[in-house]
Amino acid sequence: MSAPSPTSTDLVTTEPARTSLLPAGRPGMLIRLGSLAVLLVIAAIFPLVITNPLYTQFAVDTLIFVAAVVAWNLFSGFSGYISLGHAVFFGTGAYTVGLLTTHWKVIGGTIFALLPLGGLAAAVVAVPFGLIALRVRRHTFVVITIAIFFIFQLMAFNLSFTGGVQGLSTPFFLWSAADYNNPFYYVALILAVGAIVLAWLIRGSRFGLRLLAIRDDEDRARGLGVRAMRTKLSAFIISGFVTGMVGGLWWFFIGQALPETVFDPNFDLSVVLMAFLGGAGTLAGPVLGALILEPLQQWEAITFTNGYVAEISLGVIFLAVILLLPRGIIPTGKEFLTRWQAIRARRGQPAQDGAAPAASGAAVPSPPTPKTGSIR
Amino acid sequence: MTALLRTDGVSKAFGGVQALDSATVEVAEGSIAGLIGPNGSGKTTLFNVITGYERVDSGEVYLGGARITNAPPDKVFAAGIGRTFQLTRVFSRLTVMENMIVAAQHHEQRQGRLHNPFARAGGPATRRRAMELLEFTGIAHHAGALAETLSYGQRKLLEMSYVLMARPSIVLLDEPAGGVNPTLITMIADRIRQLNEQGTTFLIVEHNMDFVMGLCDNVTVLDYGTAVVSGPPDVIRTDPRVLDAYLGTAEEDDDDIQVG
Repeated sequence: MSAPSPTSTDLVTTEPARTSLLPAGRPGMLIRLGSLAVLLVIAAIFPLVITNPLYTQFAVDTLIFVAAVVAWNLFSGFSGYISLGHAVFFGTGAYTVGLLTTHWKVIGGTIFALLPLGGLAAAVVAVPFGLIALRVRRHTFVVITIAIFFIFQLMAFNLSFTGGVQGLSTPFFLWSAADYNNPFYYVALILAVGAIVLAWLIRGSRFGLRLLAIRDDEDRARGLGVRAMRTKLSAFIISGFVTGMVGGLWWFFIGQALPETVFDPNFDLSVVLMAFLGGAGTLAGPVLGALILEPLQQWEAITFTNGYVAEISLGVIFLAVILLLPRGIIPTGKEFLTRWQAIRARRGQPAQDGAAPAASGAAVPSPPTPKTGSIR
Repeated sequence: MTALLRTDGVSKAFGGVQALDSATVEVAEGSIAGLIGPNGSGKTTLFNVITGYERVDSGEVYLGGARITNAPPDKVFAAGIGRTFQLTRVFSRLTVMENMIVAAQHHEQRQGRLHNPFARAGGPATRRRAMELLEFTGIAHHAGALAETLSYGQRKLLEMSYVLMARPSIVLLDEPAGGVNPTLITMIADRIRQLNEQGTTFLIVEHNMDFVMGLCDNVTVLDYGTAVVSGPPDVIRTDPRVLDAYLGTAEEDDDDIQVG
């Protein structure tokens, strides 16, 4: 045959360019790990330095939302199935731990041991929920999740064991009012960090890659051997489990579960907005979105006597994100950064300015991401 | 020669339109088979039925003697049928390498390496094989780029590459030369021939007659959802039924009738 075996010849020519990318990722990795460690230390000592209960309460609320948004993102952000029904898991977790606390008469710090049970209940609910809702896509999926959410809210209002409109009572905590927030703070921190680590593990795994493939083109993914339903449902259950734990913690913290506050449509909207503001489908985006929006919401709630200000601002931000930042802060910021670097690189060597755009690789100005570097 | 892939009297209707009408098509093992026919003759529907994207109304599909009628797409892929789409479909927000790894998952699983779902995506062996295939199709230098940055022709090559990740026994190509420049067409034909020599069977839908006639061992003509004639290119070229099939709908695709 005229054509020689191409695998051996082409391999030699592309080799040098590729291996040179490898070390470039190393210092970036160190900086990233270092800044993560600093952030973690700051988060750990925060309630010891800032002792004003108002601020620690803000912090607990914010961490609770960080965990909730990260949990939402590891299903909806990765798979592209936008769920507006995650309050189902939040409420199921809250009611489960609430009922168990009352029933078993659990008091003191041991109540936190019930949180996984709240998660478990939410995960169990996620199975039929997912089997129904995940059969449809896009807008239909969104509508189904909203419908199922309202079914759960109605049940909370009307079933006998939920306490109806009066909700469930407060459990007894055995620590002083002065540092009342601190135990909640650390449990919320553990939940938030755990959720982030889980999302990070999934993002780099085969399972995560399957989810991302489903997001981009589900039918094509199925044609390449991806068992779509199994993958989506697994992510939905994992996401539900974490959200259930978060709901349970929130109930302990607030001390009262009413049907309209734990099965709250505003919870769904806030979570989705936070994820989209930061960048749905990214790892840092949901965290950033929650860190921006939840303190803002809390501040508005205490600053303005009119309770609608917070809701109106939520709507305004929603519009602003859709119009100005449809992809979120993190992806848009990354794009600006790469563009800026490209401009700077071009200024550095004006002589080769004409040659650069002609090269075939010029369409992709992005610097080597860690992913690129690890290819060989 | 034994038939590796066979559709046996497959019918499929969409509402009142009979897209496939008792279509019987055979692809011999180790061959490059062509499937031609005017627009709307049911070629893509036949691909969809074989690969599990559409359910048949009646008839059977066999792969190497095993019945795969109405099996879902992931099972069909696992059974050894790879397929590309007429309008290329790649995972646009994943890198080219990640696209390749998605397609490798089934293969890794078969080797018993997927018991831990949290294992990092793409082991060294998978990445090595992916790079080999990308070099084979000539887009290896784009491995780290997002698939959405690829040109149309490069996407076609990526689709061909990742389908090959699982070492399918037969590959169905839906218009591999459509909308691609002549140099690339020659290159694609070359690659198909090389893969065929290594044992991969092909079934190709294509409107470019030079491409089909130059590449295929056997050509089947589909008209109104029925296989009207099947044989070597030389025979098909002169068969009056083929001319009939095309001339009956001549106004919609004139430039495709370069028969002979």
